[in-house]
Amino acid sequence: MPLLEVNGLRTFFHTRDGIHRAVDGVSFTVERGGTLGIVGESGSGKSVTCYSLMGLVPQPPGRIESGSAVFDGVDLLHCPPRTARSIYGKRIAMIFQDPMTSLNPYLRIGDQLIEPLLIHEKTSKAAARERGRAMLEAVGIPDAEARMKRYPHEFSGGMRQRVMIAMALITRPELLIADEPTTALDVTVQAQILELIRRFQRELGMAVIFITHDLAVVSGLCDRVLVMCAGRVVEAADVRVIFQQPRHPYTRALQRAIPATQPQGAELYTIPGMPPDLSQPLPGCPFAPRCEYAVDRCRREDPTLGEVAPDQSSACLRAQAGEI
Amino acid sequence: MSDPILALQNVKTHFPVRRGFGRPRAAGIVRAVDGVSLTVGRGEVLGLVGESGCGKSTLARTILQFVPATAGTIVLEGRNLAAASSGELTEARRLMQMVFQDPYASLNPRLTVFATLAEPMLVHRVCAPAAVPAQVAELMRRVGLAPRLLKKYPHEFSGGQRQRIAVARALALRPKVIVADEPVSALDVSVQAQILNLLSQLVREMDLALIFIAHDLSVVKHISDRVAVMYLGKIVELGRAADVIERPRHPYTQALVSAIPRLDPDAERARPRIVLAGDPPSPLHPPAGCAFHPRCPVAQEKCRLAVPPLAQLADGREVACIRVGEI
Repeated sequence: MPLLEVNGLRTFFHTRDGIHRAVDGVSFTVERGGTLGIVGESGSGKSVTCYSLMGLVPQPPGRIESGSAVFDGVDLLHCPPRTARSIYGKRIAMIFQDPMTSLNPYLRIGDQLIEPLLIHEKTSKAAARERGRAMLEAVGIPDAEARMKRYPHEFSGGMRQRVMIAMALITRPELLIADEPTTALDVTVQAQILELIRRFQRELGMAVIFITHDLAVVSGLCDRVLVMCAGRVVEAADVRVIFQQPRHPYTRALQRAIPATQPQGAELYTIPGMPPDLSQPLPGCPFAPRCEYAVDRCRREDPTLGEVAPDQSSACLRAQAGEI
Repeated sequence: MSDPILALQNVKTHFPVRRGFGRPRAAGIVRAVDGVSLTVGRGEVLGLVGESGCGKSTLARTILQFVPATAGTIVLEGRNLAAASSGELTEARRLMQMVFQDPYASLNPRLTVFATLAEPMLVHRVCAPAAVPAQVAELMRRVGLAPRLLKKYPHEFSGGQRQRIAVARALALRPKVIVADEPVSALDVSVQAQILNLLSQLVREMDLALIFIAHDLSVVKHISDRVAVMYLGKIVELGRAADVIERPRHPYTQALVSAIPRLDPDAERARPRIVLAGDPPSPLHPPAGCAFHPRCPVAQEKCRLAVPPLAQLADGREVACIRVGEI
């Protein structure tokens, strides 16, 4: 049985301008100890998907319209709030993009670091502080004892992200959701943070969902990749397959737009047009208006994710028909 | 490379730091830019890379005369800006324009696109007021936007379109030098590619000199002719883009290049990685000798003793490392 099984998740935002279909029928599974990458452009619904799992979607205007997210036998979307709270922050932890805004500026690092322990485990404050200190050392913060008494603004961006990771991992979660944890950081610090996540994944055997818009980050970290576009999963496959034999035109377009894949100085491939407006009903494939392979059928029929090769699914009608 | 349009010689930008209330006392000097020499030619793109806090943005601001240089000379079209009259400085400011990182913050939300683009033209009197509307429409076409969008406000545009407007504003004064500070790091890959194409095209068509600041080395390699790598206020390696990024010689550049994640999953997992420990040191208390030595994987005792000068190698690039011949 997979650790997490998400089925048919739909999260809509009901705004004055209409219903914004941010997540529109997303299904995926995460195995114990596995790493799932979710990639896509801004507004593709990758963050809202994870916010929905964590109960972090503001309601209203957001609403989880349908679907289930079964974590080790418990449906997170339909269980009593008490049950969900005993899982969030304990068995599932999350780290965010911007470590400055996700740490409380009024609390000392040590106090916020051990909060999950005080809430979820019957432990004395002294024991919790000791575990907090050990955790800070484990994520590579020198002089951890003294640093416990410092405030977030006294740390650099990379250090704050380490504190965030220490806080997320202090309860030894089974699943870590990382929402663009390295986007705000320098490449050198990004490499440190990715290495840290890899190491803890090995040591704790935890599963990771890694959300990013950077395909290159996914390539070194993830086993499986979901590509999202306009609130839907358009391709799901093993990381090697995604890079070597992508079977959805959107996945191909994303890869071709990366400068590293193109010869120096050559004109870069660009995806024409803009992502669709999710508050308007979309007939057919959401990528069809921007797709170079689109035929009339793509603009009429709504594609669903279907297997195009063993263990590889694509939501492209033409890929499913074996045409591309 | 053609004759340099902009030449920097040993430019330093230092900021005094004061501490305490009432009677603040000097607490030290931040050497944000500490002796940078470089040149940019017409139609050339110079990439400037380095970690946050290495001084690349301060260098940009110093070039553009937003902050005064503490020492050194900045020569634009043969004119030393440190000795320039205020009239000459105004002209220099017209000739050098900037594109900022965040197109959401760098456009005035209360001005229409037309007003944003027309204002600098009117201030600098680049053309007769009656000719401004036609000029503005021409600018919009140049950056790939329809002139009918001129009456709209910034919030009505997407991130990529806003960055096009910011580029149009920089071009409004017919500059010769454009400094772009992380112009694509706030954008999605697909949009990033569009802006990079636009910038390369403009450099070619208008014979601009472009200083392109970014922390993403693959982007820098793609667009630049030459690349300068900065660490703690100094240039540590400078040379042709392909040389510097494909065959880096300074240990810091090697670490930076090794930190870029690769697209091929197997190669990414198999390759050796140089993971630098910690953060760059504080520019308030830079380490003695080579500023990189506390994080350098190949540092020796002698690296602590003297600041290594930029020295030219056989292939024409310059590297500031005393061990470059041994490693």
